[in-house]
Parts: sequence; C-alpha cells; structure tokens
Amino acid sequence: MADESNSGGAALTREVTIQNRFGIHARPAALFVKTANRFQSEIAVEKGGQRVSGKSIIGLMTIEGYQGASLRLSAHGPDATEALDALEDLVLQKFFED
Amino acid sequence: MDIAPPSTNGDELELKGVGVSPGIVSGPAFVLAPEEDAVVVRDITAADVPRELQRYEQALVATRQQIRDLQHRMTESMGKESAEIFEAHLLMLEDRAIYDEIVRMLGTDLKNIEFVLHEVTDRYATALRNLQDEYLSERAVDVRDIARRLLRNLAGRSSSALAEISTPCIIIAHDLSPTETAGLNKAKVLGFATDLGSPTSHTAIMARALGIPAVVGMHDISLRVAAGDPLLVDGQHGLVFVRPAAERIERYARKRRAQSAIRERFNVLRDQPAMTLDGYHLPLAANIELPADVEVAIANGADGVGLFRTEFLFLNNVPTEDEQTEAYLQVARRLAPATAIIRTMDIGGDKFIGHLKMPQQVNPFMGWRAIRFCLAQPEFFKVQLRAILRASTLKNIKIMYPMISNVKEVIEANRLLDEAKNELAGRGVEFDQDIEVGVMIEIPSAALTADLIAPHVRFFSIGTNDLVQYTLAVDRVNELVSNLYEPTHPAIIKLIKHTIDVGHEFGLWTGVCGEMAGNPLLVPLLVGLGVDELSCNAPGVPLVKDVIRSLRFAQAEELGLAALRSGSAEEVLANCRALVGKIAPEILELVE
Repeated sequence: MADESNSGGAALTREVTIQNRFGIHARPAALFVKTANRFQSEIAVEKGGQRVSGKSIIGLMTIEGYQGASLRLSAHGPDATEALDALEDLVLQKFFED
Repeated sequence: MDIAPPSTNGDELELKGVGVSPGIVSGPAFVLAPEEDAVVVRDITAADVPRELQRYEQALVATRQQIRDLQHRMTESMGKESAEIFEAHLLMLEDRAIYDEIVRMLGTDLKNIEFVLHEVTDRYATALRNLQDEYLSERAVDVRDIARRLLRNLAGRSSSALAEISTPCIIIAHDLSPTETAGLNKAKVLGFATDLGSPTSHTAIMARALGIPAVVGMHDISLRVAAGDPLLVDGQHGLVFVRPAAERIERYARKRRAQSAIRERFNVLRDQPAMTLDGYHLPLAANIELPADVEVAIANGADGVGLFRTEFLFLNNVPTEDEQTEAYLQVARRLAPATAIIRTMDIGGDKFIGHLKMPQQVNPFMGWRAIRFCLAQPEFFKVQLRAILRASTLKNIKIMYPMISNVKEVIEANRLLDEAKNELAGRGVEFDQDIEVGVMIEIPSAALTADLIAPHVRFFSIGTNDLVQYTLAVDRVNELVSNLYEPTHPAIIKLIKHTIDVGHEFGLWTGVCGEMAGNPLLVPLLVGLGVDELSCNAPGVPLVKDVIRSLRFAQAEELGLAALRSGSAEEVLANCRALVGKIAPEILELVE
C-alpha cells in the first residue's frame, strides 16, 4: 500500500525478530515511528512480502508484527546506519515493555 | 425510517442498558443523526493541485489543534491514560504514508481533496479492520474519526452537530466516539445514551471523568426516541424513561431530594469516621479504576482505597514498569498516610483485552483470567509486582491477588513476589520490605479452604459479585436467570461468615469489596457478620457511612444472627430493609 520511491543508491538493510510478548501493537508502533522520524533517511519495514513506511504508524500496525515475526528494516539516506542502529535497539529492548 | 412508538398517548417507555456514569437527569432528547458520509467528487485541473493541497494543510493544522485541545482538557480531568488515546490520534493524523499517498493521488487522479482524502483513509481503515488482532482492528474507528474531523474542517465546519447544541438536552446517538465524548459541553449536555458501547469503552470512561450521567449498550434507543421527546436518565441503574409518567417523575424527585438531603450532610460526614452509635469503627474505603479516581474517593470521604482495579491501566496499551510505578505512586502519594490495596490485574472474564492476545474462550468467567493468566506468564506478572513494590516506599500499599481458587496459586504468586523483591534489591531500588499481601475471596473453593490460605496472607477481601455468581451458578447479565442472583442467599451468608471467622482465628482482617459493600441495605448485615473493612464505589461511600453512623452494633449482630438462622433470602433481605427503614429512612427512600 505505502510504496516508497527508492531514489537510486543502495539501501542498507537489517533483519530483526520481534521479541516483546505482544508484538507491534499501538504503543510500540508509536515508539517506532517517533524514533524513525528523528532521521532524514527513508525507512521501510518488510514482513513476508508486505512493505510499509517505517514512518507510518498505521502502516506498521497493518503488518501485524507479532512476537517471533522477522522483519527486514531498510534505510536509505545520509543517516541510514544510525537510523537502523536506533530501530534495531528499540526492537531488541522489546520496546521497553517486558 | 421511523419506528419510534407513537407519542400521542404519552405512554411511558422504559429502556434498559448499561449504566456507566451515575446520576439522575431529565430533559429533552437531542437525537444525533449519523454523520453524512457521502463525499462529493469533483474533477480538478493540474493547476488546482497546489490550492487543494493548501486546503489540506490548513485542515491538518486545524485538526491538530482541536485534538491537542481535547487532549489538554482530558488530561486535566482524568490524567495520562486518556491523553494517550489522543497521542495515538495525533500520530495517525501526521502519518507520513497517508500524506504521501494523498499528495501523489491528487496529482494523478485530479479529484478534489475531500474525495482523495476519503479514498485513502478508507483504504487504510479497511486494512486495519480486516486484521486478525481485535485491538488493532478496533483502530479503524480512530482512523475514521480523524478522517471525519479533517473533512469537517475542509468544509469549514469546525465541529460536529454536537457543538451546535444551544439548550440543555440529553444526547441520544447510535454511538459516540471518545473524541466526541471528550468534547461534550457539560453546561449543555445533561446526559447521554447510546445504542453501542460497554462499561470499559473509552467513551464510558470519559463520561465518568466528566461527571455526565450516561447509559450505553441500549441496542436501538436512537431509533426509538424522537428529537424533543422528554427523557429521564438514571445513569446508575442504566435506565432511560421516554415520556416519563408523572408518578415516575415524582418518585425520582423524591430520590433526588433524599440525595440532596444526604449531600447536605456530606460536608459533615466526609470528615467523620464510619463508626456505629455505640463506637464500633470500621474503615470504609473506595474502589477505583484509574489513578485520577482517587480524587473522587477523597471527595466522598473514603478512608483509603480498598480495591484498585489495575486492569484499567491495560485498556489501551501494555504500560511499562515505570509507567505503572508512576500510576501507583500517584495514588500512594495522594492518599498517604491512608492506604491503598492494589489488586493485580484481573484481565480476562468480561475484561477481554484485544492487544494482550487473549484467546477466545467459550466460558471466559471460568477460563484463563486474573491470577491464572498472570501465573502462566511470570515475567509479565513480575513487571506489575515490581511496579507495585516500587510504589510502596510510603508504606501505605498492600497487594491483593484476584481469582484465587487454590492455596497453590497463593504460594506461587508469593514466590514470584519474592523474586520481584530480589530483583529490585539487586537493582538497589527501595520498597516496603513488609508489604502486606492478601487475596480476594470470590470463588467458593477459596472461601471453604480459607484455613489453608490464611497462613500465607495478611488479609482477605470478599469479592461478592463473583462469589454470588460462582456459588449460585448465576450469570447475572443473563436476564433469564438474573432473578436467581441473590446476595442474601443462605449459601452466601454462610460463606461470608466462614471466611470472616477463619480470618479472625488466624489473626487476619477480612474486608468486603464487592457491590454488597456499597449497598446501604446490606451493610448492617455485613457488619453483623463481623466484617472488618468495607470498600465500595466512591459515590456510595457517604450512603454507607450514613447507615453505619445510624446503627448500633447490637442491632447489626442481631441481624447477622437471624440471617444465619434463616433459610430464606427474601426473609433476610426483608429484615435488612426493615432495619434500615427504621434507623435511616432517607437511605431507604434513596435506594428503593
């Protein structure tokens, strides 16, 4: 639905597994978006062929990232590495839930 | 479609729903018509795109401001929990994917912004609606709520028909969204009743916070009431009378007089202890659902909080340990030195929480709920235990486990509590080492084995709603059997008495925190059976206190003994009514 225009150049990607018990429900989605918005890079999240913007709370909720789901995060832009670091950390910290 | 009954003969119509915010009000009906969802399609040219986009930007700014205003208003009246609902709304409003898609579609489809906005948001709402997860699926309502606000702002209407209400009235609607409820003008809206909704919906919570009497879950009231129909709403009992009869109005007027007579005594009562005429004192506490409710408890003269139903903190989200600690601390600080009993979450049963991924259960009341749910997920449970411990530094917090059916559960919960204490100690965090732990007695097996449970706890609190339901095998929301729901049934009297006696034998105090504790007619009976503490909904505190202060302990004892000898629920109830009629006739007037 939320297709992103990949404007040339390679995007950095990273695989993460959702750790927190309740997955990406509203609050983790909000945290994810707030974190992603701190960076200039375009950020996308993919799960099983479905790809949404990492800056869209509604998009993130629609991918149903349950506990154990593996997601591919990709970032494209000047601060791509920092963005991926921050987002990966958020997932590994279980969105500060458990 | 007009299926409202004929109003020519002035016949009274009584409609029943679920009372979610107490109070008695009367006034004319304002029937809220469902909002026109049809959006006009207009062709535009490429040259119009910047102008359409500018209109959209302006609508975004206006909508953001409206949501912020609502958020601000609700935070003041009910704290952070409700504010979070709006925080999610703001993020959805600013959703980048939606924005980008709208900009793209404006340029390619060349249709007016209203149409494009509607198309895009509708697609996202549908995608959410189709999700398996019940909680996420419900968020479609939020997306549509926001889209409607944007469309209103695009049309130059700053708000819904609700804002145009100019004379005091009672709102009748199919449904009210949380933002519509939060935006109600208290000076003009006397009360409301809706077809949809449940006691745990955001709308119900906001109605209580605003102090607007409300009844929800009325099925089809929006089709049965015509604009201007005179209405009488009883928010406590979940009743709406359409074209109320003169006799009905008179009865409620008497009730209101009795209420205001008691309210006049409130100021005096508030600062007086719940003590019988002959000096028998028992703490009278209030039940709360959210931290902000503690203000209502104090305003009604409660001696503390006897039951903090923490599951309401989990309504929208799973709060973090820090967020929970903050919520419990808010209550502890406000009450100190009075105490608060924090009941660990009773999730499941009728409190089905979508985002917690509860499985569908055929019989949730006998299923995976409360302590069963928590013990199955020890790490999740310990987050709450640590948060409660961290809030105990003022030494005015007690912990209570719900739905105990077997002493093994108490032992296991205590073991996890010890782990939680060790984890905190390891982190160097302070807490009350000697925090009191108790259990809810609400399952007959727990009452009957109170002697096995007693060595592991410091108090019992009898949850009468579930105890009656489980003992008599009566689902009281099932109208076919609700007449069998009898709190004065001999079996209930015996279980209560047994629990209290065992408690005393082991040196424990026993409280009652169910609805029985808030029923002024039954309070003398509980006192007579030897109960040590009562906790009821805050608005009931002054009534219960009034009865206790009109009572002699000997009268209560006599009532209790007679109840134990009696074999008839009706006879016990009649005795209770007779006693209250004698010592506090104004109370009888009020509750009958």
